[in-house]
Formats: sequence, structure tokens, C-alpha cells
Amino acid sequence: MTPSPKGSKRPITSSALGIGLATGAYGLSFGAISVASGLTAIQTQTLSLLMFTGASQFALVGVLGAGGGAIAAVLTAWLLGARNGLYALHIAPTLNLRGLRKPIAAQLTIDESTAMSIAHEPIVDHSRHAFWATGISVYVLWNIGTLLGALGASAIGDPAMLGLDAAIPAGFLALLWPRLRDRTAWAIAAGGATIALVLTPLTRSGVPVLASALIAVLAGYRLRDRS
Amino acid sequence: MIWAAVLIGSLGCYLEKLFGFILPPSLLDRPMIRSVAALLPIAMLSALVAVQTFGSGQSLVIDARLAGVAVAVVALVLRAPFLAVVLAAAITAALLRATGLGA
Repeated sequence: MTPSPKGSKRPITSSALGIGLATGAYGLSFGAISVASGLTAIQTQTLSLLMFTGASQFALVGVLGAGGGAIAAVLTAWLLGARNGLYALHIAPTLNLRGLRKPIAAQLTIDESTAMSIAHEPIVDHSRHAFWATGISVYVLWNIGTLLGALGASAIGDPAMLGLDAAIPAGFLALLWPRLRDRTAWAIAAGGATIALVLTPLTRSGVPVLASALIAVLAGYRLRDRS
Repeated sequence: MIWAAVLIGSLGCYLEKLFGFILPPSLLDRPMIRSVAALLPIAMLSALVAVQTFGSGQSLVIDARLAGVAVAVVALVLRAPFLAVVLAAAITAALLRATGLGA
């Protein structure tokens, strides 16, 4: 690792802060939606502190709020979080961590920190800085956002009158949108939605979303040699 | 039950992250695992959009949420930030209900 010229990491730090601020706004809506789904402010905050992976958090409260039960909610959150393990696998050699830094880095391994780290991969020092700066910035601001959103939603009344029940699918859609990059992604999204809607009247709540994972498994099996 | 879901869900999501750092790469670095993990969020987020838009218990209904989601699509096409997308959907549904146009 060669020492980089002083100040050259500053642009990385400011991008990391910008990403943290944008994510803090997600956190605000997560806090509000979670409380509207029936979790307390403390349960909501615990999710942001301990689970710390947005799609899984939204899914857990969404399934619980729709009456899907704890088991379906947990399984859905786990399946959505599986990708983080592969992010860790990818960035581990660059980060080259020892001791206590490993379990700390693990908690910060999410879409944003991984993407920033990979974007700066050519320079190892920069790539490490990008990971830590983004991870810490997002962690802090996501949690502040969650707190404000949860307290705000606790202070106001009926979620349906405020349209918060429409904010939930809109939130999932905003998480899905950037992943719809090609025709395969659109086909898988269409398949997942279709399975879920067909199963909604036939199964108990929570099962339709879990069943949609089968589409990903089947498509992943067929596409395994393309990635 | 909610606390159990919060804590067990969080523990599992943390272990998934940690495994990537501590398990031997040969165990996880398989094409099948890679592509399934990348595709799971697409299938499941899409399912969540569908169920949260139309689902009401075990029945499917069309109500003010659909209008909210339609406005969210427009906001996303216009590259609006996350908070604006969510707010636009909420305000649309709330306005429809307040004016008696939507259930």
C-alpha cells in the first residue's frame, strides 16, 4: 500500500457524506413506514441499528404490517439480505481485515459501501477509505433518519388518511427501480409480481412474497453460467 | 412476536454479512449462488410492490394506493430522489381519500 498524496481522499469523503445524506432520507421514510406498520419506535430503531440493510428492513416491517407473521417476515428479510454476504466476499481481499475490524466491517457491508469501494478498487488505499467512509456515513445518517421518521409518525394519526399505506409499495418500487437494468430483470420482476398476486387469495399473508423467491432461484439456475 | 422477528431477523442478516468475511471463498463463490443472490431482490421487491399495492388480507383490491404507486412511477421516471417518490405516493393517496375520490 503506497501512501497517497494528502487531500486526495477528500472527494471520496464528500461523496460518502452525500450518499449518507441521501440514505438518511430513505431512513426517514423507513422510520415512518415501520411505525405505521405497527412497530414501536424502539423496535424500528433496533432494526436500523442491528439489521442495517434497507431492503430487508422494509420487507420485514411490510410483511409484519400486512399480517404475514414473524416467520415469513424473517425469512423474507434473510433472503433479501443474502446478497450482502457476496458483497463481503468480493471486498474482503481489498479490505484485508484483521481482528475486531472484521465484525465491524461486516455490519457496514451494504449496497452503498460496496459500490463505493468497488468504484475505487484500482487504488487499494482509496477503495478501503471509500468503504469505511461510506459505511460509517450511511450507518449514522440512516439511523438519525430512522429516529426522526419513527418519532414523526408516532406523533401523527391514522396511517391510511396520511397515505402511508401507499408509501409502502412506493418505497419498495424505489428500491427495485435501479435494479431493472435489462430485459432479464424486467422478466424476473414481472414473474415475481405475478406469482405473488396469484397466491395472495390462496395462501396466508407472507407466503406470496416468499414464493416469488422461486423465480429468482429458477432464473439464477438457468443463468448461472452467464454471470 | 414482533421483537422476536426484529432480533432474529437482524441476527441472520448480520451473519450473512459476516459469513462473506470468514467463510472460505470456495464455499460461497459459485455461479449459481451469485446469480440467485443478485436476482432475489428483483423478484421479491417486485412481489412486495404487487402485494402492498393490491393486497388487503387475502383479497386483491384496487384503491387509492394504486394511484399513489402510479404517481411514484412517474416520479421515478423523472429521477426524483427516494423521499420525493415516497412522499408523492403518500400525498396522492391522502388527497384522493380526503376528497372522497378514493377508498
